[in-house]
Amino acid sequence: MELNLPIYLDNNATTPMDPRVLEAMLPYFVEKFGNAASRNHSFGWVAEEAVDYAREQVAKLIGADAKEIIFTSGATEANNLALKGVFEMYASKGNHIITCTTEHKAVLDACKHIEKMGGQVTYLEVKSDGLIDLGELENAITDKTVLISIMYGNNEIGVIQPVREISAIARKHGVLFFTDGTQAVGKVPVDVIADGIDLMSFSGHKMYGPKGVGVLYVRRKNPRVKVTAQMDGGGHERGMRSGTLNVPGIVGLGKACELCMNEMESEGTRLSAMRDRLEAALMQVEEAYVNGNREHRLPHTTNISFKYVEGEGLMMGFNKNIALSSGSACTSASLEPSYVLKALGLGDDLAHSSLRFGLGRFTTDEQIDFTINAITTSVLKLREMSPLWEMYKEGVDIDAIEWAHH
Amino acid sequence: MAYSDKVIDHYTNPKNVGTLDKSKTNVGTGLVGAPECGDVMRLQIEVDQESGLISDAKFKTFGCGSAIASSSLATEWLKGKTVDQALAIDNMDIVEELNLPPVKIHCSVLAEDAIKAAINDYRVKNGLAELETVAAAH
Ligand SMILES: Cc1ncc(COP(=O)(O)O)c(C=O)c1O
Repeated sequence: MELNLPIYLDNNATTPMDPRVLEAMLPYFVEKFGNAASRNHSFGWVAEEAVDYAREQVAKLIGADAKEIIFTSGATEANNLALKGVFEMYASKGNHIITCTTEHKAVLDACKHIEKMGGQVTYLEVKSDGLIDLGELENAITDKTVLISIMYGNNEIGVIQPVREISAIARKHGVLFFTDGTQAVGKVPVDVIADGIDLMSFSGHKMYGPKGVGVLYVRRKNPRVKVTAQMDGGGHERGMRSGTLNVPGIVGLGKACELCMNEMESEGTRLSAMRDRLEAALMQVEEAYVNGNREHRLPHTTNISFKYVEGEGLMMGFNKNIALSSGSACTSASLEPSYVLKALGLGDDLAHSSLRFGLGRFTTDEQIDFTINAITTSVLKLREMSPLWEMYKEGVDIDAIEWAHH
Repeated sequence: MAYSDKVIDHYTNPKNVGTLDKSKTNVGTGLVGAPECGDVMRLQIEVDQESGLISDAKFKTFGCGSAIASSSLATEWLKGKTVDQALAIDNMDIVEELNLPPVKIHCSVLAEDAIKAAINDYRVKNGLAELETVAAAH
């Protein structure tokens, strides 16, 4: 097969839309433009029917009932609705939420907001492999705890948390369990019943669907969960999320879920084989380290630190041809590297040296071959230029040097 | 954010990458930055003691493309200058030459610091007083 450049390996940031999804959406812009809430004419019925069908497609992917699907504008909104909505709805029961330090900003910042509103939040640390400690989780529960919020798969390192064990602990203590499923749904089997999930967010644009549409799953039975709406309006989505439904977006999300459902198994096998091949080849480079647990992990993600070279400088060597992301943040005013990698206990230097590879449905073997070559060449070139590499090679203890921090 | 052509050029074909013998009295070495901050620059000058001119300059940099370009440019500018002329190199000259955006100004500051640190090392080795700016940073 021919090599297509540039190569997109940032599928954890967003995925391209599958052409089959676009095809499903197209009639719902111009022709079938109705408002799904218009109950008294055919334009509305057509739109409502399309939304109902999509709701079934979405529910099926995660083993839920269609009535448990609340459409939102994306995972950020769904995370906010879950956290703030539970905090408000269950205020009479307690005000304590447990989460962890490697969550997405949409969870962490919503939790900060809740703290300002008088809530108590425990941020669990993760172990060096990125997984939470279940004993610590259980110990953190108090009689004021209303919610545990732990993500399913991590966006930066791809580790998958022990969701079933977490939900068992939540159940045992009568606490609700919310999981940010944005990176996991559609990539690995997620089943809200078997996994014991009470609330779960996910997003169209991470699963080959459109941007601007997402889901909050809210359990209706055993237990019946409710969230307080965060926007006032027409009372759509069972009163939990007002606003005229994004019909084309929802139709696209439905189709994207159906495709993931049908293709997840073969795609997962294909992607994890490619990811493992990429990883094994890059680990041939001296002083390269994989970040996070390698066993409990999304099939398409790997995060590798190349010690003694800086991630952004490294990317400049190939970013004309390969798009991926780095844990370094040389452009941000703070110069702070990835908080997720730091939470694993990585030194700032290793965090600055990391690259995240996010493979996807359209990644080819030829692209992986090209990537292995380009990255290896770039690392070797930058090491020739790196004073740290020279010191390492001469046996100088870099940690013992007194660096002037600016 | 896109890099300027000059940054790309220095990154692709860096000038004067390498190491000078730091034990020589006419070689000054400056090592600035910190691995935790994502940039470390080592800049070295060799001074021809007859003429007082900088006869050679080398760098190695751990950092982003702008940091690499700033140090590469600095070594080019240093060669052929007297030590006093070298002291006059200002980080804003680097910013201008490389078209660095505001978020990358710290890379040029680091290059200026590296020049000063190398000169200072040379001065101290040769029985001259430490530069005030560098002494103050200790
Ligand atoms: C784990 C996780 N949660 C939430 C989000 C936010 O999703 P959205 O872009 O749909 O708001 C992302 C995407 O960046 C993510 O990776």
